[in-house]
Amino acid sequence: MHTLIEFAKPILVPLICAVVIVAVLPLVAGYIVLLERKLMADMQARLGPMRVGPHGLLQPIADAVKLLLKEDIIPEEADKAIFWVAPLISVTVAMLAMAALAIGPWFQIADLNIGLLFVMGIGALGIFGIVLGGWSSNSHYSLLGALRSAAQLVSYETAAGMAIVGGLLLAGTLSTREIIQTQDDYGVWFIFAAPVGFFIYAVASIAETNRAPFDLPEAESELVAGYMTEYSGFRWALYFLAEYTNMVVVASIATTLFLGGWLRPFAGTKAFDFLDYLPSLLMLVFAGYCFYRVPKQPVKIQQAVLAAVGLLLILLAGILAAPLLVPAGSLVADAKAGLHGAFWFLLKVGLYLYVFMWLRFTFPRYRFDQLMHLGWQFLVPLSIVNVMGIGLALVLHRQWGWGHLPAFGLTTVLTLAVAGWLAWAGEKKEKQRAIVGEEA
Amino acid sequence: MLDQIVFYFFAVLAVISAVMVVTRRNVVQSAIFLITALLATAGIFLQLHAEFLFIVQVILYAGGIMVLFVFVIMLVSLDVSLNQVQFNRQWWLGLLLALVLGAQLTIAVAVGRAGLPLGEPAPAKMLEPSTQLVGRVLFSEYVLPFEIASILLLVAMIGAVVMAKKKI
Amino acid sequence: MTGNDLQSYAPLLLHLTLAMALSGVLVLLSSLVGWRRPSTTKSQPYECGITPTGDAREPFSVKFYLVAMVFILFDVEAIFLYPWAYIFRELRWFGFVEMILYIGILLVGYFYLWKKGALDWNRPAVRRDRAS
Repeated sequence: MHTLIEFAKPILVPLICAVVIVAVLPLVAGYIVLLERKLMADMQARLGPMRVGPHGLLQPIADAVKLLLKEDIIPEEADKAIFWVAPLISVTVAMLAMAALAIGPWFQIADLNIGLLFVMGIGALGIFGIVLGGWSSNSHYSLLGALRSAAQLVSYETAAGMAIVGGLLLAGTLSTREIIQTQDDYGVWFIFAAPVGFFIYAVASIAETNRAPFDLPEAESELVAGYMTEYSGFRWALYFLAEYTNMVVVASIATTLFLGGWLRPFAGTKAFDFLDYLPSLLMLVFAGYCFYRVPKQPVKIQQAVLAAVGLLLILLAGILAAPLLVPAGSLVADAKAGLHGAFWFLLKVGLYLYVFMWLRFTFPRYRFDQLMHLGWQFLVPLSIVNVMGIGLALVLHRQWGWGHLPAFGLTTVLTLAVAGWLAWAGEKKEKQRAIVGEEA
Repeated sequence: MLDQIVFYFFAVLAVISAVMVVTRRNVVQSAIFLITALLATAGIFLQLHAEFLFIVQVILYAGGIMVLFVFVIMLVSLDVSLNQVQFNRQWWLGLLLALVLGAQLTIAVAVGRAGLPLGEPAPAKMLEPSTQLVGRVLFSEYVLPFEIASILLLVAMIGAVVMAKKKI
Repeated sequence: MTGNDLQSYAPLLLHLTLAMALSGVLVLLSSLVGWRRPSTTKSQPYECGITPTGDAREPFSVKFYLVAMVFILFDVEAIFLYPWAYIFRELRWFGFVEMILYIGILLVGYFYLWKKGALDWNRPAVRRDRAS
């Protein structure tokens, strides 16, 4: 059995992973949208989607069917060929970027030497989908949205790239798999060694996915829908799919580089092994909630659907618990690494996305000049200082024999001081501008 | 065998897109084909096992410089380019010269192949990850060119400001 | 690690084909299944009810161009950092000094951009002229 798996691995595993990613991502994107709507509703003291399926659980499927049946309008003046191709570029590129990510030790399409650089570089090509789509529609809103989007993506990519360099200094490799393994060896996630780097990446990644508070390219109150104004039906849905795929991609990069990837919290500590039971327990709690809500559903069919979801969660709990319950050495016990790895990775990605949404519901939108200021005059210099700071800490630790804590503590404090100074300078300038504006 | 198929695929793709860049009337469509040509070139780098060069080509040329190109294309009015004569009357002369040059090169390579000092390529599986190789050479033997590159970038920054200032 | 062979890239081709097929098929499917009642009003660009005038593809501010140019320069700079970060362990303090020099020279350029207002979207210098 073992040998058979070893033999089939190099061909079958990437194939299965690719099929799963391409087939499941649209569904996942749909459910992320549902989750976002539910969360938004909760924070605004509403209920959100409740009608289609119990608690709106079938809403994404209904939406997909609706979008498929919508009329596919191409504006008369549009450049038809480019209008057709642009959304496809966005989706294809976003999905291709997923290929080098390791979602759990078993689930990866291709382990590349340039892994993280590949994810970033390919992901950055998505800009063409946006710019060409906005340009080809021949609408003022679309063109403005596309331009803003391009300028914004370009401005924050520098900062994001530099933040990633900070992480790479610590890992000494670009392969996603090895980055996570290095964190396992050190026993520390890189967020604790480079908190400023993580912060820079988090901010830049929100801007790169055009999410609020940096959602200027699609600012509804100014540009209708930005670069997607003229798109309708499934082409529009493809842009949405691309946006949510990109969110998953940036969350995965952050998880891989800063949050320990598929590692369980305290992965190396025996005393915390009870955390291995957490995945199953979590599933059971969700299942329990489902069953608790079943009698409260108004219609029979909704009760049935909710009960089915509950049963599915129990099944998942069982699958996650199985490797822990059988004796070590068997095939089922070996599956623990793959299953639990994927669980922890996806949990971290989910939490990261949750913070994304939380920020969206909390902060008002930035003005465009504020956005450019934050990108070029705060994040870019800070990210450069951050890279040098981490370099200094490593030199202090490796060559001069300082301990980890004093070396990284000192450089983090230094970087924070620079951040404070930059923020102060920006504030001063803003005040000056306000005074000048009043005089004018 | 597989290597050659991959090479010819990317090479043909690059050449076809390059021809399309020149012959398209619509400049934005030309830009799209230029992106394809650059990506096909990246594919050839990959086929040569130069991973780092591949991703640099994707990030810098396809992702960076092409964004600038597209911006510039959008900055100028499209109608002007659509109504202009694409090729002047001597295009056939240019084509003829290009063909002659191509033939000359083909003959030169075909005849003089024996005289070309071609080294044996290292077996690909023995190579280290190319990022590491590039880094090791760049930061030991070629430190000075590397530092000079930063001065070049500095000059480019100043140049960018000066040019844009004049336009405003 | 698989080393540096081409085979680790083969799955990418597969994945690329699948992703392209999925998006293409979805769009085709929707254009087959979808409603179709074209009208002249529908195919006009959307401008919040006002009849659109002129071509939308107008020339725009040179600032976008400047941002793209500065981006490329910083992108080139960042690309040099990747191989450096990759072998930082071998370079020891020598690599650190090298990079300090490199970054230092570039920071001069960055400072110049800042002072010239190339990084400001709304240039305070222009406003001040108007105020005086």
